[in-house]
Amino acid sequence: MQASPGEVVGLLGANGTGKSTLLRVLATLLRPQAGSARVCGHDVVRAPGEVRSLVGYLAHAPGLYDDLTARENLLFAASMLERDQREIDPVLERVGLLEAASEPVRGFSSGMQRRLSIGRLLLVRPRLLLLDEPYSNLDAGGVALMNGLITGWVNDGAAAVIVLHELAPAAEVLDRTVTIVQGRIAASERVPDRAAILPVLATG
Amino acid sequence: MALRDEWRRARAIAWKDLTTERRSKAGFNSVVVLAVTILVLFGFALGPDTQAIRNAAAGEIWLSALFAGVLAFNRSFQLELDGGALDALILYPGARRAIFAGKLLGNFAFVALMLTIVIAVGVVLFQVRVPAEWPSLLAILFLGCVGLVTLGTFYAAMASRSRAREVLLPLLLFPMLVPVLLAAMEGTKALLGGDIMGDAGAWARLLAAFDVVFLVATLLAFEFVIEV
Amino acid sequence: MTTAALATKVARPRTRAWTVFGWFAFLFLIASQATAIAISPPDRDMGDLQKIMYVHVPSAWMTMLAPLTVLVFALRYLWKRREQDDLLAASAAEVATTFAGLTLMLGMIWARPTWGVWWTWDARLTSTLVLFLILAGYLALRALVDDRERRAQWSAAVGILGAINVPIVYMSVRWWRTIHQMQSSPATVDPAYVLGLRLNAFAFLFVMVFFIHRRYEAAMIERAAEHAAEAAALGGSST
Repeated sequence: MQASPGEVVGLLGANGTGKSTLLRVLATLLRPQAGSARVCGHDVVRAPGEVRSLVGYLAHAPGLYDDLTARENLLFAASMLERDQREIDPVLERVGLLEAASEPVRGFSSGMQRRLSIGRLLLVRPRLLLLDEPYSNLDAGGVALMNGLITGWVNDGAAAVIVLHELAPAAEVLDRTVTIVQGRIAASERVPDRAAILPVLATG
Repeated sequence: MALRDEWRRARAIAWKDLTTERRSKAGFNSVVVLAVTILVLFGFALGPDTQAIRNAAAGEIWLSALFAGVLAFNRSFQLELDGGALDALILYPGARRAIFAGKLLGNFAFVALMLTIVIAVGVVLFQVRVPAEWPSLLAILFLGCVGLVTLGTFYAAMASRSRAREVLLPLLLFPMLVPVLLAAMEGTKALLGGDIMGDAGAWARLLAAFDVVFLVATLLAFEFVIEV
Repeated sequence: MTTAALATKVARPRTRAWTVFGWFAFLFLIASQATAIAISPPDRDMGDLQKIMYVHVPSAWMTMLAPLTVLVFALRYLWKRREQDDLLAASAAEVATTFAGLTLMLGMIWARPTWGVWWTWDARLTSTLVLFLILAGYLALRALVDDRERRAQWSAAVGILGAINVPIVYMSVRWWRTIHQMQSSPATVDPAYVLGLRLNAFAFLFVMVFFIHRRYEAAMIERAAEHAAEAAALGGSST
């Protein structure tokens, strides 16, 4: 399986087929038992440090600290990533959390938490996006935000691999879909024309 | 310079841990109350003869700190596990040592403060006279705390992520802490008793040596523990 | 290597040589014990009870040697990441635990008639007990972690730290005893007993090496079976 710069690949399949596992291997969080994976030429097992500097991983779990405020969460991320603190407020605004910035994450809805997690990714500036079911818990506005961000990243030359439960929210950004059945790639299809797909999904 | 960056990351992690601890007040207060409860239980176990309780004061204080401390160590990593933040933490650039150093600093502040309170309560409960050489006592407390927190943080990094974490941490940690606890308890006992034999200095030096060995070993070994 | 090759490599070739070695080790042990018991005179104070020294002391020496083995294999695992080194370290740790337990029991059996109590807080016996607990912790860790790679890496880290701690524990406990001026068990050995001790030390060494290898073989066979099951599940060869 391959993803080129500027390409958005969707991973489809039933639960438990290994989609999330594949993402974690690409993120260097898991070692593959067989086979190999490379990100921008770097092997995930032999050069995990280089791979990590290139990927942005959005897990199913929010990955946030509940007792810190939204701003403090990003402050921590910025410290760890060596980003300037001045980047934080623009990010908060971009994900629509500027007003809630000084509230503890504990009180956030799951949609707001997802937005904050995405905001963290903006600080990461990845070359390869690994998104695990990013649209879950998002309302229509959130979906639009997510797609806007993905488009932005992709226009900058990044690639994206997105684990999807359903095709609909990602339809407008997807270039290709890969279907996984029982841990193996069963199909790989180009999404030919997004305009053509959307009416089909609306009726189906 | 790379080392300065590592230090900055470690401080960021310590700041995050301590801020969280301050906000969820339940944590620290509960641990301190537990430590005091254990002190009281020691009183019941060894008393009511005050002489007996006073003679065992050093041991009672350190063991209370130990039993309450294990809760703090597991909490520090539980924080990362609850929201799935550990994945994000691992993916940040930089040496893994910085994560360990940050956790260490946070845990040290927590346990040092708890130990101070435990000593104060212990002095009152067990009718211990505060010795003239209380600066030396502080030094022993500091060194003992460093050893305790170093090994505690290290093993908690594993225990908190395995099955039966409540029993695995003490099971791994307590035997490994024997040298540190021995030196800390003996040094404390000597100082509380007026240090007639001048043993405290020797124990302090021994404790410092243990701390250096364990600090270096855990810093080096941590990346194998956190990476998998 | 493929599963088939691994299984064959493990199950057959060196077993014959090791079986011979095993027989040699046990026969040597019997001979050493017999010799030691026969040639050594009864102790002034302990009488024939002294003879227990020929199992207790070598057992204690093996208890201290085995963690060193764990250290070496654990370091090698972290360096080369070969499964074999992890299994060797684990086997050595299991055998070490057995010898630690044996040393403790023999120590208690000796203490009872000598001092009338089952346990004295003697420096060496106490240190061995702490070492036993450290090893028990190592085995508990292995039992409680299911993921293979995590188990191997964590065991290596814990094993290395535990091994480093062995001399530290012995030193601090001994200091603890001396500070309080407690008597300890006789440290000097009468020259009459030295030969018996040396013979049995080697005998125990051979037996320990044999035990470790047998345990390792069992672990490798287990592992080969696991590999086979995984390969079948993945539906093809595993490389």
